[in-house]
Amino acid sequence: MRKIESSKVSKEKARAALSKPAPLGEDIDLDKYAHSADELPYQDDPSQLPVETREQMTQAGVTLDDSSQRSGTIIQMDHSIIHSLASQEGIEVMGTNQALEKYDWLSDYLWKAVAVDSDKYTAHVELNQSNGYFIRALPGNKTTYPVQACLYLARGKLAQNVHNIIIAEEGSELHIITGCTTSPKGEPGLHLGVSEFYIKPGAKVSFTMIHNWTPEIAVRPRTGIIVEENGLFLSNYVIMKPVRSLQTNPLARCVGDNAVVRFNSILVAPPGSTMDLGSRVILDAEGARTEIISRAITTGGDIIARGYIEGNAPEVKGHLECRGLILKGEGIIQAIPELKGTLAGIDLSHEAAVGKIAEEEVEYLMMRGLTRDEATATIVRGFLRVDIEGLPPQLSLELQRAVKASEKDIM
Amino acid sequence: MLEIKRLSVAVEGKGILHDIDLTIKAGETHVLFGPNGGGKTTLLMAVMGSPKYEVTKGSIVFKGKNIVGLPIDERARLGIGMSLQRPPVVRGVKTSDMVAACIRGQASEENIHKMAEKANLIELMDRELNYGFSGGEIKRSELVQLLAQNPDLALLDEPESGVDLVNIALIGQLINELLQKEHPIRDRRHGGLIITHTGHILDYVNARTGYVMLDGRIICEGDPHEILETIKSKGYEECRKCVR
Ligand SMILES: Nc1ncnc2c1ncn2[C@@H]1O[C@H](COP(=O)(O)OP(=O)(O)O)[C@@H](O)[C@H]1O
Ligand SMILES: [Mg+2]
Repeated sequence: MRKIESSKVSKEKARAALSKPAPLGEDIDLDKYAHSADELPYQDDPSQLPVETREQMTQAGVTLDDSSQRSGTIIQMDHSIIHSLASQEGIEVMGTNQALEKYDWLSDYLWKAVAVDSDKYTAHVELNQSNGYFIRALPGNKTTYPVQACLYLARGKLAQNVHNIIIAEEGSELHIITGCTTSPKGEPGLHLGVSEFYIKPGAKVSFTMIHNWTPEIAVRPRTGIIVEENGLFLSNYVIMKPVRSLQTNPLARCVGDNAVVRFNSILVAPPGSTMDLGSRVILDAEGARTEIISRAITTGGDIIARGYIEGNAPEVKGHLECRGLILKGEGIIQAIPELKGTLAGIDLSHEAAVGKIAEEEVEYLMMRGLTRDEATATIVRGFLRVDIEGLPPQLSLELQRAVKASEKDIM
Repeated sequence: MLEIKRLSVAVEGKGILHDIDLTIKAGETHVLFGPNGGGKTTLLMAVMGSPKYEVTKGSIVFKGKNIVGLPIDERARLGIGMSLQRPPVVRGVKTSDMVAACIRGQASEENIHKMAEKANLIELMDRELNYGFSGGEIKRSELVQLLAQNPDLALLDEPESGVDLVNIALIGQLINELLQKEHPIRDRRHGGLIITHTGHILDYVNARTGYVMLDGRIICEGDPHEILETIKSKGYEECRKCVR
C-alpha cells in the first residue's frame, strides 16, 4: 500500500518537473533520443561478450576475464541487465527493478537522497526508468574485493535512464567500481543516471567511477549521498576520454556525527568536450568532515570545476582544492570553489589554482636527462596523482592504471 | 673537459655575465666564491643550458664540443649535471621516481634504496619531490639524484648552505663520491664546479682552483684556501681592490 502511495506522489512530482531545466549545463533536448530499447539476452559468462565491447569496458575499469578480484558484477546494456552476480556472502547485487520486487521496503529509499523534481532529467528517469543497479552490504559485512558495475550504451541515439541504489548497512564496508561506457562506433546517446547512496552508522563505502564515453554522448548523472554517524563515503571520479557534454553536481549530506565524505575527481577535456563537474557537501552534524579535491586538465575542451561545502554544525571541518592545468589548445578551465558557514567553531578552507606547466619544473627534470616530452609527461602524471586515503591498494593501483592508459591521449 | 671563453650572458635582455674565462680539466674541482647577486648561479645555469640565460658572446666547450644552443637534456646526456640552489617543488612526483629516472638503465628498487640509504634519505623517497623538504633535505636529495645520474661534470650550486654541521660531513662525503675523490688523482675523470658561500665545503673536497665572482666578472683566481682566508679576514671589498 505504502509503496503504491509513495510511487504515485513521485510520479506526480516528476510530471510537474518534466520541463524544468537544470540550473547548470547545456539544456539537452530529450525528444532527440529514443526511450525504449530491445530486451537483450542474459549472459551467463560475460567474458564471451564481443571483444570491442569488452575493450570499452576494460577502459572503464570493468574486468570480465578474471572475476576472482571482484565481489560481484552487474552489467546493464541499454535497458537490460545482461549479467548480475554477487560472489560474496552478505553482499547483494541485482537490477533495481528486481530489487524493488524482492524488497517491499526498498521504495522507502527512492528519491530520498536526490529529489525527484530536481530537474527534467530526474523527472525523466522517474517516468521512463530503465533499470539501474542495486548494491547492498548487509550489516557488518565487508567486501574483500570491489563490486563492479557497468552501464553500457550499445544502441545509437538511445537514452539510458537508470536509477541506482546503494545501501551500506550498519558497520559494513563496500567498495564499488563503476564503469560507464558506450559502443566505440561513436553514435549520439544520452546517459541519465540517478544514484542514491545510503551510508548507515559506521559503514564505509568507496565508489570509484570511470567514464569512458565518445564525442557524441551527453551525460547527466544525478547523485545524492546520505551519510550517518561515523560513516564514510569516498568518491573517485575519473573522466579522461572525450564527451560531448557532461554536467553533474553530486550532493552529499553528513547527517550523523563524525560522518566523513571525500570527493576526488580527475578530469581531462580534449577539444570538443564540455564538462561542468561539481561536488557539494553539507556538514549538518557535529564533527563531520569533508575533503573535495579536483584535478582538471584541458587539451582544448572546457571545464568548470565546482566545489561547495556548507558547515551547519559545531566542530565541522572541510577543505576544497581545485587545481587546473591548461596543457595546450584553446581550452578553458574555470574553478568555482564555494564555502558557506552558518555558525562559529567551524573550519572551512579552499585553494584553487589554474595555470600551465611551470617551465622551471620542466627544465629541472631535463637537467636530470629527461627529454622535454618525458619531463612534461612526468609532471602531468604527478599532477593527476591523488593519493586517496582509505582506498584499498588494489583499487588505487587500478585507478592509476586507468589514468596511465589515457596518458598518450593527453600528450 | 670544460672550456669557457669570453662568455657573456644576459637574462631578460640585461647583461649579467661579462667576458668569463674558465677552464676545468678532467679530474679537477674548482670553486666559485662571491657575494649574493654576483652572477654565480647565472654561470652554472648558462653551462647547464637553461634558455632563460642567453649567451650573447663567447663559447662553452664541453668534451671538445661547443654546447651553446644545445637543449638542457642533450647537455645532461653529454655528461653535465647540476644540483640547484633552490629547486622547484614537483607535486605528485616522488623523490624515488626521480632517482629512478636518473639511474635510467639500472633503476631497481635495490639500487634506489642503496642510494637513499647513503644519503640518509629513506623517509624522503616516498614524498613528493622537494615538497616541504628542509634546507638540508633539499641539498641531500639533489646530490642523490646527481649520484644516480653520475655526470662527468658536476655543477653544484651552494650544496652546503642551510645545512647543519652534522650533515655537512655527509654532504662532503656525497660530493666526494660524485667527484671520485677515492680514486688516485691520475684516475679521476670527473670534474666539478662548486659554488660556495661559506667555504665549509673546502674542508672536504679537494679543490684545485678558486674564483671570486663580482658584478658578473671573475675578478680573482687562485688557491681556494687563500682566497677564502682573504674573504674571511678582509671581505669581498678587498677582492674588488685587487681588480683595480
Ligand atoms: N631569472 C632571473 N631573472 C632576472 N634576473 C635574474 C635572474 N637570475 C639572475 N638574475 C640577476 O642576475 C644577477 C646575478 O644573479 P645570480 O646569478 O643568481 O647571483 P648569485 O648566484 O651569485 O647570487 C642578479 O642581479 C640577479 O638579480
Ligand atoms: Mg646563487
